Amino acid sequence: MIIPHPLLGPRDASEFVYLGDASLIDRPAPEAGIDAFHDYVYQRDNPAGAHRELWFHEHGDRSWLVVTRNTLTHEILAVELAKDVARRRGRGR
Amino acid sequence: MTYSAWRIFTEGLTGNRGWKRAWRDPEPRSDYEVVIVGAGGHGLASAFCLAKEFGITNVAVLEKGWLGSGNIGRNTTIIRSNYLLPGNEPFYEFSLKLWERLEEDTNYNSMVSQRGIINLFHNDAGRDAARRRGNAMMLAGADAVLLDREGVRAQYPFLDFDNARFPIRGGLYQPRAGTARHDAVAWGYARGADRHGVDIVQNCEVTGFRIEAGRCTGVETTRGTIGAKKVAVCVAGSSSRVMAMAGLRLPIESHVLQAFVSEGLKPVIPGVITYGAGHFYISQSDKGGLVFGGDIDGYNSYAQRGNLPMVEDVCEGGMALMPMIGRAKLLRMWGGVMDMSMDGSPIIDKTPVDGLYFNGGWCYGGFKATPASGWCTAHLLATGAPHPTAAAYRLDRFRSGRVIDETGAGAQPNRH
Amino acid sequence: MTKRLPGGLIDRSKPLTFSFNGRTMQGFAGDTLASALLANGQRLVARSFKYHRPRGIFSAGSEEPNALMTIGSGAFQEPNVRATVAELYEGLEAKSQNHRGPLSFDLMAVTDLLSPFLSAGFYYKTFMWPASFWEKFYEPVIRESAGLGELATTPDPSTYDKGFLHADVLVIGAGPAGLSAALAAGRAGARVILCDEDFIAGGRLNGEAHEVDGMPGAEWAEATIRELSELPNVRVLTRTTVFGVFDHGIFGALTRNTDHLAPGADGPRQTLWRITAKRAVLAAGATERPIAFAGNDRPGVMLAGSVRTYANRFAAAPGARIAVFTNNDDGWRTARDLTAKGVEVTALIDSRAVGERKAPGGIPLLTGTVVTGTSGRLGLASVTLSSGERIAADCLAVSGGWNPNVALTCHQRGRPRWDDMLAAFLPGADLPLGMAVAGAANGALTFGAALSSGRAAGEAAAADLGFSPVDAPMPKTDDEPYAVSPLWHVEGKGKAFVDLQNDVAVKDVKLAHREGYRSVEHLKRYTTLGMATDQGKTANVLGLAILAECAGKTIPETGTTIFRPPYTPVPIGALAGASRGQAFRPVRKTPSHRWAEAHGASFVEVGPWLRAEWFALPDETHWRQSVDREVVGVRNSVGICDVTTLGKIDIQGRDAGIFLDRVYANIFSTFPVGKVRYGLMLREDGFAFDDSTTARLGEMHYVMTASTANAVAVFRHLEFCRQCLWPDLDVHLISTTDAWAQFAVAGPNARKLLEKIVDPEVDISNDAFPFMACAEITVCGGVDARLFRISFSGELAFEVAVPSRYGNSLFGTLIEAGREFGAVPYGTEALGVMRVEKGHAVGAEINGQTTARDLGLGRMVSAKKDCIGKALADRDHLMEPGRPQLVGFKPVDRAASLVAGAHFLKEGAEPTMANDEGWMTSVCHSPTLGHAIGLGFIAGGLKRLGETVRAVDLVGGSDVAVEIVSPHFVDPEGVRLRG
Repeated sequence: MIIPHPLLGPRDASEFVYLGDASLIDRPAPEAGIDAFHDYVYQRDNPAGAHRELWFHEHGDRSWLVVTRNTLTHEILAVELAKDVARRRGRGR
Repeated sequence: MTYSAWRIFTEGLTGNRGWKRAWRDPEPRSDYEVVIVGAGGHGLASAFCLAKEFGITNVAVLEKGWLGSGNIGRNTTIIRSNYLLPGNEPFYEFSLKLWERLEEDTNYNSMVSQRGIINLFHNDAGRDAARRRGNAMMLAGADAVLLDREGVRAQYPFLDFDNARFPIRGGLYQPRAGTARHDAVAWGYARGADRHGVDIVQNCEVTGFRIEAGRCTGVETTRGTIGAKKVAVCVAGSSSRVMAMAGLRLPIESHVLQAFVSEGLKPVIPGVITYGAGHFYISQSDKGGLVFGGDIDGYNSYAQRGNLPMVEDVCEGGMALMPMIGRAKLLRMWGGVMDMSMDGSPIIDKTPVDGLYFNGGWCYGGFKATPASGWCTAHLLATGAPHPTAAAYRLDRFRSGRVIDETGAGAQPNRH
Repeated sequence: MTKRLPGGLIDRSKPLTFSFNGRTMQGFAGDTLASALLANGQRLVARSFKYHRPRGIFSAGSEEPNALMTIGSGAFQEPNVRATVAELYEGLEAKSQNHRGPLSFDLMAVTDLLSPFLSAGFYYKTFMWPASFWEKFYEPVIRESAGLGELATTPDPSTYDKGFLHADVLVIGAGPAGLSAALAAGRAGARVILCDEDFIAGGRLNGEAHEVDGMPGAEWAEATIRELSELPNVRVLTRTTVFGVFDHGIFGALTRNTDHLAPGADGPRQTLWRITAKRAVLAAGATERPIAFAGNDRPGVMLAGSVRTYANRFAAAPGARIAVFTNNDDGWRTARDLTAKGVEVTALIDSRAVGERKAPGGIPLLTGTVVTGTSGRLGLASVTLSSGERIAADCLAVSGGWNPNVALTCHQRGRPRWDDMLAAFLPGADLPLGMAVAGAANGALTFGAALSSGRAAGEAAAADLGFSPVDAPMPKTDDEPYAVSPLWHVEGKGKAFVDLQNDVAVKDVKLAHREGYRSVEHLKRYTTLGMATDQGKTANVLGLAILAECAGKTIPETGTTIFRPPYTPVPIGALAGASRGQAFRPVRKTPSHRWAEAHGASFVEVGPWLRAEWFALPDETHWRQSVDREVVGVRNSVGICDVTTLGKIDIQGRDAGIFLDRVYANIFSTFPVGKVRYGLMLREDGFAFDDSTTARLGEMHYVMTASTANAVAVFRHLEFCRQCLWPDLDVHLISTTDAWAQFAVAGPNARKLLEKIVDPEVDISNDAFPFMACAEITVCGGVDARLFRISFSGELAFEVAVPSRYGNSLFGTLIEAGREFGAVPYGTEALGVMRVEKGHAVGAEINGQTTARDLGLGRMVSAKKDCIGKALADRDHLMEPGRPQLVGFKPVDRAASLVAGAHFLKEGAEPTMANDEGWMTSVCHSPTLGHAIGLGFIAGGLKRLGETVRAVDLVGGSDVAVEIVSPHFVDPEGVRLRG
């Protein structure tokens, strides 16, 4: 697979390490409780189709990326810096 | 019709014209006591056990494609019970004991072949971990032998003992482990279930669950609505997709695992070898093909195919371990979609929806579990209580913290 | 060479000697092994897989089901080589496979007589009684009989290479369509790679007598290749098979560099290419398919197009009297070309009614007629027709029509579609991204159509990428029509084979259907049809058609055949490349590696690292002597150990302290500059992740260490936290693991030794530099260094770090400076012993399955703040007091030894899983205490100090009474490390 890095252009997927669903950005508030953290850590939509997922450019610029990829065809539909996505989702300090 | 050497002889003399269908092709009825979704290994084994062991024969197994088309038909055929944790080991040992009597149970030769498996280790830490595992196995009544380097060499003299990047220091050997002919397991259970009156309905895709007041009363299918007192979903690889139709999210991701087979060769590898440091395992089929594999590709996928880097990675492991296979040719590669659960262990449990049961999360270990999975699922369906060896496979264990994490990788499915 | 014809593309000036089953034969450069064997009149070349029936060469390409041979000997021996694609070289040794006794009298042929009892799937119905006989008797017999060639059991002596290529347009296949496509795209200026599996380009142009632009097809192909080779933007790769299509325009290809040379040739034997292409034109041609009739496997029965190839390209006559059996127009060409070459064609048998057409050259034409049987021992002598007539023939050229090679269109699960006109599958609509199909692979089965569709595809691919096509006249060729009328099998007595290699006959397909194996996949798996080394290239469509007939359905209703990679088999050695032996994975060496090597160290693999495990003195014969000496040396005086492998992460920024508070379970923001703190990191699921120290070098500057095993994972995790969870924290990370060499200097004399190394202005007295102090200093006269007063051994200890390039030198300097104290270098084993003596947890204990509480570190989880893992660490089960906890163990009999991996049982308890109380994680002989000690997890651990249990090692056969003790064996109060 080839991942079009938003800063570095097309890079071979073997330069990256995969983590999983981009919902891992949405860490619950500290006081949210065990149920909320259980859902965050363990439960997955696991869609057959477009999947937003986290890849780390470990052998590259060490960016975390949010890649939108079709899990049925492996087609990559969008790639963003995870930092930008996180900010957009209300994460800051 | 019972299969036997005599039947083969008489049929042979009469032109093999008398063989009957191995299973019927029934129209689905409107109601069953139990509907099992998925005619893969686990679904068929569950139906077979419901009928044979628990006397419940008013059962349908619904399959969207052809029976055995899931991971039972696309794995590397290894059976073993070399697990570590108390939640797992008794279950897999129960499974291995059921493998040992599979042919008499089903009257179908699934070629269960106890040729032994060796898990190699390469340093003291690996040896200690192997010893802990071997002892756990023996505590559960399984067999385990800790081999030193020479013990491994005696069985596999052609491994790279002299120039290896990760020298072989020994291995954990389970003599009773081995392989089975994967398709024949599905066919044996299908024929066995059919002979007990179970309806196996192929080309019948479940499109929804009928849920009334929190209770599942049947399924919608491409061939109409089918009512059932109990519905069990055994569709590993597609679990999230199917259970989503019942409104349930699962602690599961779908990942692709590739497997490989070489051209047929005269016997050269007697048993199964697992090379952890190289992420490689191999055995040789009765037809002569080297059957081998390694890690999952590592990204969520439903595509039933992987990519070249993992192919190369696996072959590198193979050449590092046994450099004599260089001139053997890889004939075919394929991918299976794995239900990778969050702790690497499976789930056999009731769900929050009354009457709806779930069997899944098998990771890459579903094949060896087939007989016990069928038995335990049938036990749960028939008695309402989990089988003692499967009691840990609860859906709520992630909430309670009773995770069964063999590798200690945590909630990261692609690391299990 | 009695069977040579005039002409052909062989080089008669270069005769080659080779042998088959020990018999010496002659061929020419340009021959394949198969063409040379045919030219030598060798018809019997193999035995079939199951029934051991005599088999001959069937095709002239990679689809060959029969002519598999073992080539070479010794370590170079290669099984299952298709003679039809093996280039002949001087001295080639070929042997037939899969028979006992001579090829002409295979003792295993008895299985053919028993075949009524060996129908499809017979083995699923028997061999079940008694159960134990399967492994002991039945299976060994089956295994011995199955398989094909033999693999050498010595390491593969060849080397293999890998490479990466990039192209605008990849053209797969250099037949008329592929050449045309490459020319169009190449002239337009696109970067083109053209691959062909054959050793000369041209594809069918080489096998036919057609003319293109007024010259023989082969010459046109040669001229075209010449033009392509002169274009700087085009790369032509012959002997190169594109074997797989992967995601995002990545193709796997294999070039055979030296397989056409004698064994032992210089250079890598094969090269595996990963080709990344923006567009691809698949021009893989078509494969002829046979017709199933009784005795259709007899040596001499061949594909008609292949017979033509042997005559036209290789100047080899597969027979002296050849009959042709066809259901399409293409078979007629074989009759015509053979006649033109002067070979006697005894009959042209066409299953169709063909009207007024006349056979070329006065060949007897039999229309509306089919072949119903064959005869001849070990080779064809005659064929029997539906009319009852027998026709003498030593070769029967059969054509059942052509199947476009759609294989590569299916590698991403594309489904081919059925075409009634061609009675064949064509590429489906869901092609891999960027792929177009041209020529015969797309159903353009005439040369004119292939040339024009190739050009169109090449131009379109180039135009897509912004390259303008160049105007050029279309090559002229005489187009002949192709019409086919499906004929799959002929009823008759005897076995009519569908899959020749796996011995699957028409009756097997029918039996499978009768028994309910009705999906195509069931048919395949039950009968093994299409599962041989040719992957059913000549068999699949035939099998499907017969299944459809049984079911009374059309072929598309019945199913389709799809293909998986690789297109043709790829050696495992080529896929591995150079990654084998010591080169399997890169080695990381520590900065003091050279010094250690020179001073008796033996090394151990720790992940990718090689670390010194101990430094043996010349008189030491057992590792325990060395390790005990090193431990005693440290505890009594001073020792030096390379600890560079620990991860080092530089953390800077205004919010670094806040960041550390969140990723560590304990508090970090409050500790002062110049101090080091021990920290515990959790995973978000609440289990322990890694323990480490972090030093605060400045207001906004911290240096974190991580365990060797987790160094990479911790860094990745921190970057996740930084970028994904708290993107606006002002904190920056960089891994400096390789930038700094770091050595532990430990023991009562550590300070004295270091005082000789640090520069004079640095005060490392206990007051100025107490336990857990850190500073940026200089050593050895101005070398930048970092000094940490931390102790893993439990002694007065420091860790000193210098830029890596000074590491080897500093290590030697420290040893020299320590000579007066008897300083010892110590390795990972002594390190391990001392950490067990101190009860420090490492990877065996922090193994991902244990929590802070389990490790006795529960108090480190601060109640005052949130951190990663805090919420889920408080789940019910993780709070249970009965969970196994880390404690120490001493054997009751102090002379007894302990083993890690033993499980704990209560005195008198049966060895069952229900009675399992925990396990021993780490053990060592403590030279300090003079007996074995261990660490382990046992249920309710810390409440059970003083209790005696058994450490049972069932696999090792030991059972030792052990006392549960505190895990801190030596100096539990920590007096020494503060000294």
